[in-house]
Amino acid sequence: MTTVDLIVIGAGPAGMAAATEAAGLGLSVTVLDEQTAAGGQIYRAVTGAGAQRGAVLGQDYLDGAGLALAMQASGAQHLTGAVVWNIEADAEGITVTWSQDGHAAQLRAARLILATGALERPVPIPGWTLPGVMTAGAGQILLKASGLVAERAVLAGSGPLLYLLAAQMARAGTPPLALVETQGLRDTIRALPHLARGLRGWRTLIKGLGLLAELRRAGVRRITGARDLAVEGQDRATALRFAAGGRTQRIACDTVLLHQGVVPNTQASRALRLDHDWLAAQQCFAPRLDAWGETSQPGIFVAGDGAGIAGALAAAEAGRLAACQVAHQLGRTDATARDARARAPAARLGAERALRPFLDAAYPPAAQVLAPADDTIICRCEEVTAGQVRGWAKLGCTGPNQTKAFGRVGMGPCQGRYCGLSVTALLAEAQGMDPAEVGAYRIRAPLKPVTLGEVAALDAAEAAE
Amino acid sequence: MPRIWRFSVNAALPFRDLSPAAPRVRVTLDGAPLDLPVGANLAAALLAAGVGSFRATPVSGAPRGPFCMMGACFDCLIEVGGVTRQACMMQVSAGLVLTRPKGRVTE
Ligand SMILES: Cc1cc2nc3c(=O)[nH]c(=O)nc-3n(C[C@H](O)[C@H](O)[C@H](O)COP(=O)(O)OP(=O)(O)OC[C@H]3O[C@@H](n4cnc5c(N)ncnc54)[C@H](O)[C@@H]3O)c2cc1C
Ligand code: FES
Repeated sequence: MTTVDLIVIGAGPAGMAAATEAAGLGLSVTVLDEQTAAGGQIYRAVTGAGAQRGAVLGQDYLDGAGLALAMQASGAQHLTGAVVWNIEADAEGITVTWSQDGHAAQLRAARLILATGALERPVPIPGWTLPGVMTAGAGQILLKASGLVAERAVLAGSGPLLYLLAAQMARAGTPPLALVETQGLRDTIRALPHLARGLRGWRTLIKGLGLLAELRRAGVRRITGARDLAVEGQDRATALRFAAGGRTQRIACDTVLLHQGVVPNTQASRALRLDHDWLAAQQCFAPRLDAWGETSQPGIFVAGDGAGIAGALAAAEAGRLAACQVAHQLGRTDATARDARARAPAARLGAERALRPFLDAAYPPAAQVLAPADDTIICRCEEVTAGQVRGWAKLGCTGPNQTKAFGRVGMGPCQGRYCGLSVTALLAEAQGMDPAEVGAYRIRAPLKPVTLGEVAALDAAEAAE
Repeated sequence: MPRIWRFSVNAALPFRDLSPAAPRVRVTLDGAPLDLPVGANLAAALLAAGVGSFRATPVSGAPRGPFCMMGACFDCLIEVGGVTRQACMMQVSAGLVLTRPKGRVTE
C-alpha cells in the first residue's frame, strides 16, 4: 500500500489551508473530499460554476478561490469524488479507505488531519420532513453550485447564515417572502456581556450589520422571537405557521429553509473513538484537542468547524496550525521554526474565535428544537418521534446506543447525523442528566454506505499484495 | 422532438434558474421522459424540473425530497438503473433510468 506523510480528509477552508501549508513544509500530502471540486461548504464550486455568480454570492465567497488555487499550486494531491468510509489507526500510522466512482482504494499515512467540517443542526419541528423543506445550507448549495433560487421561500430559525442567504437571494432578484427568527430580544441582551471581548472580531460584526442593512433596504420582512414553528402541507410544504407578537401567523410558500446554526460533523472522529467534550455554549459535542489540534489519538488532528464552530477564516488558520505541528512531529521543522511559523495563524485564530461567545449567545438554538413536542419526528430515516424516545427513557433506556434496542432510531442510512443530538438531549432531559454524561451514538464504519462489491474488490487487492 | 421541461403539473416552478442554459440530455423518471442539463447535480436538476418528491419512505410511505444537498441526510435517495443512490451526490448524464422508490411494501 502506498504511504504518504499526511492525509487530509476534507477540502474546505481547513483542509485546503492545512494541505497547502504542509506541502509547503515539504510533506507529501493527499487530500480526499467527496465533492467534485475543492471549496468545502462555504466555498462550494468557487473555482467553477459559483464564480459566475460572484455578484450574488459576495466577495467573502470569491475570496475562497485563493485557498483553492494555493492548494492546487502547492503540490498536494487532491482526489475529488472520494467518499471516505473507513479510517483505522495503529501504532505505525493511519489507513484511510475511500470509494471513487464505485471503486474502493486505500492509502496509509504517518499523520491524519480530519477537516470534515460541520452539519446543519437538526431542526425537528412538525412538518420538517415534507418535500419543500430544506436546510438553509441546502438552499445555499443550490444557489452556489446550481444557480437555483427558491421562488416563494420562507427562511426560518436563527443564525447569521440566514442573513447571508437572505441577502444572496435578494441580490439574485428573488428575496425570501420572510425571515422568521426564533431568537429574540432576551437573547440579544444575554449576548451583550460578550460583546466587549468579541470586538477583536469586529470585521465579522461589521459584515453582519451590513447584511442586516441590506435586508432592510431590500424590504425583506423580519419577524423575531417566533415560537411554535410548524410546516403545513400534505404531500409538500405549503406554508409556515408560527406564533409571534402574541398571535398565530401563517405564511403561504413553496419552500421552507430551516436553520438553527451548524454543529461539528463528528462521524469520523466518533468512529475513531476519539475523546469528545460537550460544548454547552454551542449545544454539541466536539473532539478534545490540544492547542495544535491534535486529538486524544496521537498523530490524528482535527481542524476547522469539525472541532467546534468558529467559521471559515478560523478553519483555515486551524488547518495551518495543525500542519505546522505535523511537519514538526515528522522532523521537518524544529520547535523554534514551527513556533515562528505558527505565530500569525494563532493570532488570527484568536481574533476569529473572540466573537463566537457573542454569536452563540445571540443566536441560540430554539428551546423547542432542542426539546421537541412529543409527536414531532426526530429521526427522519426511521420516523421516530420525540415522544417515543421520552417513553423509552421512562422504561429505563439511559444512553443513545441503548435506544437502538427499543426502536430503530439512528439506524437508518444517515447513521444518526440528523437525530444524534436530539436523542442525546431528550435522554438528558428525561433523566435530569447532563448531555456530557448521556453521551452520543457509537459510530461504526462504513461512514458512508458501500457496496459489497467494493469491499470484496478491496479484499482481493489486499490478498494479492 | 418536443422538449419536456417540466415533469409535474405544478403551475409555477418553485425554483428560478440563474445558470446559463446548458445542453440537455434525455433521462427517464418512472418511465416518463425528462430532459435535464447534462453535468448538472441530479437532485438540483430534478428540483428545477418541478420534481419535489424523490421517494416514499419505507416506514410510513411519506413523500421525501432533498433536505441537506450535502450527502448527509439520505432523503434524496432515488433508484438509478436499479441501484439506490443519493441524487445530490451525482451528476446528470444521458440515459439515466430513474425510479422513485415506492416506500412501504404492502403485503
Ligand atoms: C451547508 C453549509 C453551508 C455553509 N455556508 C456557509 C457560508 O456561506 N458562510 C459561512 O461563513 N459559513 C458557512 N457554513 C459554515 C461552515 O461550516 C464554515 O464556514 C466552513 O465551511 C468550515 O470549513 P471547514 O473546512 O471546517 O469544513 P467544510 O467547509 O464543511 O469542509 C468539509 C469538507 O469535508 C468533506 N467531507 C466530509 N466528510 C467526508 C467524507 N466522509 N469523505 C470525504 N469528504 C468528506 C466535505 O465534502 C467538505 O467538502 C456553512 C455550513 C454548512 C453545513
Ligand atoms: S439531500 Fe441530503 S443526502 Fe442528498
